[in-house]
Order: sequence, then C-alpha cells, then structure tokens
Amino acid sequence: MRDVAVIGIGCTEFGEHWGTSFRDLFVKAGALALEDAGVTGENIDALYVGNMSAGRFVEQEHIGALIADYAGLASNNIPSTRVEAACASGGLAFRQAVIAVASGMEDIVVAAGVEKMTDVGTGASVDMLASAADREWEGFAGATFPGLYAMIANDYMHRYPLTREQLAQVAVKNHENGARNPIAQFRNRITVDTVLSSSLVADPLRLFDCSPITDGAAAVVVVPLERAREFTDSAVRVLASAQASDTISLHDRRDISTLDASVAAGKRAFAQAGLTHKDIDMLEVHDCFTIAEICAIEDLGFCKKGEAGRLTAEGATALGGEIPVNTSGGLKACGHPVGATGIKQICEIVSQLRGEAGARQVDAEIGMAHNVGGTGATVVVHILGA
Amino acid sequence: MSVSRFWRKIPQRYNLVGRYFFPPRSLCPDCRRSGKIVDHKFTGEGTVVTYTVIRSASDQFEHTTPYVLAVVELDEGPRLTTQVACTPEEATIGMRVRSVFRRVAADGESGTIHYGTKFVPVE
Repeated sequence: MRDVAVIGIGCTEFGEHWGTSFRDLFVKAGALALEDAGVTGENIDALYVGNMSAGRFVEQEHIGALIADYAGLASNNIPSTRVEAACASGGLAFRQAVIAVASGMEDIVVAAGVEKMTDVGTGASVDMLASAADREWEGFAGATFPGLYAMIANDYMHRYPLTREQLAQVAVKNHENGARNPIAQFRNRITVDTVLSSSLVADPLRLFDCSPITDGAAAVVVVPLERAREFTDSAVRVLASAQASDTISLHDRRDISTLDASVAAGKRAFAQAGLTHKDIDMLEVHDCFTIAEICAIEDLGFCKKGEAGRLTAEGATALGGEIPVNTSGGLKACGHPVGATGIKQICEIVSQLRGEAGARQVDAEIGMAHNVGGTGATVVVHILGA
Repeated sequence: MSVSRFWRKIPQRYNLVGRYFFPPRSLCPDCRRSGKIVDHKFTGEGTVVTYTVIRSASDQFEHTTPYVLAVVELDEGPRLTTQVACTPEEATIGMRVRSVFRRVAADGESGTIHYGTKFVPVE
C-alpha cells in the first residue's frame, strides 16, 4: 500500500443556490480543487463523486458520467464512479479515492461530493432524507430524520446528565465558527436563547438543533505521497481511512444513544495511524443535529459517555479550546448538502493544517473527520496530518 | 411512494435457535444461516424505550402532526419503530403499550390508505 496525500481542495459556498444547477455546482468545486492542486484535466486518472439522492432531488441518475462530462473529462474517457452512503456519501467517495491511490491502481484522483436539495419543497426533502433510514420499518411509521435523532436525544438525556442548555451550546458554538467561515450557509452568531425559543421540530430537538437543507459541492485531489511534491509543498497526508456499518434501523441498535459504527471506525482509524486521542488537534464531526455532535465526541473516545455536554458548555470544543470541534461551523452552520459534507470536512481539515483558515484558524497538525450515514448505519473516519 | 411493497404478507418470526425477530428476517443474523425460522404470533405488548413528538413531518404525515413516535420493545425482545396513539403529554419512557391495527398514512386524499401497526397505552 502506498501513502496517500491531498494536494488540492475546492468548495463552493454552501447555501441556497437558486441560480446554479447541480452540474454547475460540481464544476465550480472541481475547478477550484484542480487550480489549488496545480493539476490539469489531462492529469486526472479517475473520479469518485459522493451523492446521496440526485435521482430524487433533481431527478438525475448516472451522476458519475454526467459529472465527468461537464468537468470536460468525457474525451479522456476516465473512470468516474458515484458513491452513495446517504449523508456519508462524501466521506466514502474520499475513501474510495484513497483506496484507489493507495493500491497503486490510480495516481491522480479527484474525490468530490455534490448535492442540490432546494429544487424540491421542505416536505419532499424531509421524505427523501428519511430514505437514509429504513423505509419499510421506520419511514412507513412516520419517522423523520429529526425524529430519529430526537429519540436518540431523549434516550441519552434519560440516561446521562445532559441539559437542554448544554445541547443548545453545540449550535451556539458552531454558529460562532460558521460566522468566521466565508463559505458557511449561516454566518450569524446565536445564543442559547435563540435555540431554546425556536420552534420544536421533534421533541426535544428544535429548529436550531437541526442542520439545514443546503446546495453545495466540494472536491479534493489525492495523489501518492511520493508524487505530491511535483505539485505542491503543502501536501497533507492521509494517515488513516476507516469505515464501519451497523443496523440500518435505529431500533435494532445495541444501544440507542451509542453509534457503534462510530466507535468501530474510530478505533480502526487510530490503529491504522498508530495514534492516540492526544495526538488529534481538531475534529470535524457529523453534527446533523446537536445531539449527534455530543455522541460523536464520546463515541470516538475523546471523553466518557455523558461528559460531552459539560465539555461543550465549558468551551473545550470551541476554537480556543482543548480540542476544537467543527471549526468550519459543522453541518449546523456551514450547511449540509448531504453528498458534499464528507468532502467539505476534508477541505476544512486541509485548510486548517495548511494554516489557511483565516479567522477560524486553530493550531493543528493532525485532524480527524467523522462522517455519518443515516442514524449511524455507515460511519467513515479519516485522520489527516500535515 | 408506491404502496405495493406493503401489500406483502408480513410474518412475525421465531428462530428455533431461540431468538425472535420483528421485522421478519429470512437469514438469522446470529448464525448467518437461513436455519429453522418459523412464523410466530407475538402477544403485542411491550414497553416504550424512547420516543419523540413529531411536529414537522413529510408531506404524507404533515396533516397528522403532532404525533408520538416511539421505539417499542416487545415483551419477546424485538424492537420496532411505531406511532403511539396517545397525546404528547401522556408519552413517557417506560410506559406499557399494546399493538393495535390502525390507519397509518394515505397516498393523498383519494389514494390508497396504508394500514399498519400502532400502539396504545395499556390501561
């Protein structure tokens, strides 16, 4: 296996792109990543694109070929593959690119993610997102995604000392970070009261506990480490790439408020990289809902179960804290174009490790990305190092 | 969503190795063999493990909000996601419930009605 490095990143602004099509979003992110990497289209050996549900959001399947075509790569006839694992599609596309390069099969590979969600109404997108859970045995009963995470929150709060205010602090912190991120969907600061006075979506989760519906795309270029210097002096190494699965239904889990796939993928990543928690300087975790960030910090082993709420309220996960979490603003404030999120996490870590994160810059040499599909049926964890 | 998939007969299964399944499975996740799985009728009683009150739903369920959604553990062991026909104030973790046959959703005003299992509090 060869060592792998990221040599270029690109991200569109996240938000409601009424005037930009699905394919144009991708092309913009891809062009930014190639320009950043200093590679041209002719250099690219393969393309992996993470996308959850273009078939339902924009009624377009066959995304791999479409994306390659509009990126101007059709005449090169490169292999282009769509990767799908619900909200973990982006992280998984990155992992496929890493595997392709590590194996020696490909040299210069683009991993991208794209989702255009605002072409349908809210009710329709709630239904589409519910397809990340078990349609026949959760969706049929009327389960929504916020509803499933609300049941995690309720179980968690029944068993551990997490207050409603501590949960709100996750959103407050992520908006603070988002306010410093020029691509974030929400760049406004909020207070605990903003969260607690917003409307209930699924008890105990309120509107400001939930990540938004977002259009956006992100892309990265990965190459064998030994070739990285041909293109850049600021390559970032992929130290670990891990993936795990669990039951598709929340109700079949061993423990409702522990994502066993996060635990497994986290352990595998640490073992691969030969690192411990103390070595990780920053985390990008999958905060599709505030409770998801709490679970992620604990399930990845950064503190004991039941402690993440207190640590968040104390500021340990804020920009200047012990372990900054979601410096990008996370899914909550940066936005959550589902297929693009996992790639955006990689972009954020790379820009932090390169020292290019501007007003949200933290002191970091090693970062971890944690991308979840569904309520934890797929988890992808990557560790990157400068 | 097409309703056809819900017209299939839905058995409740008991693996002779000693574990109950609901929803049904044709392959035992413990021994990973099809083994000797036979149909079994549950008592229909169980306990709420966790719940929420859905205030914002997909188009199909929007007119029925707010509704209580729960994970119920049947007395035989399996868990399922289901609506509990009670008020948001009545719902608690640990409450005892039993299954009933109810209308769950419909494909629009003149479309097919989806029937299924909901739970009600045990008096």
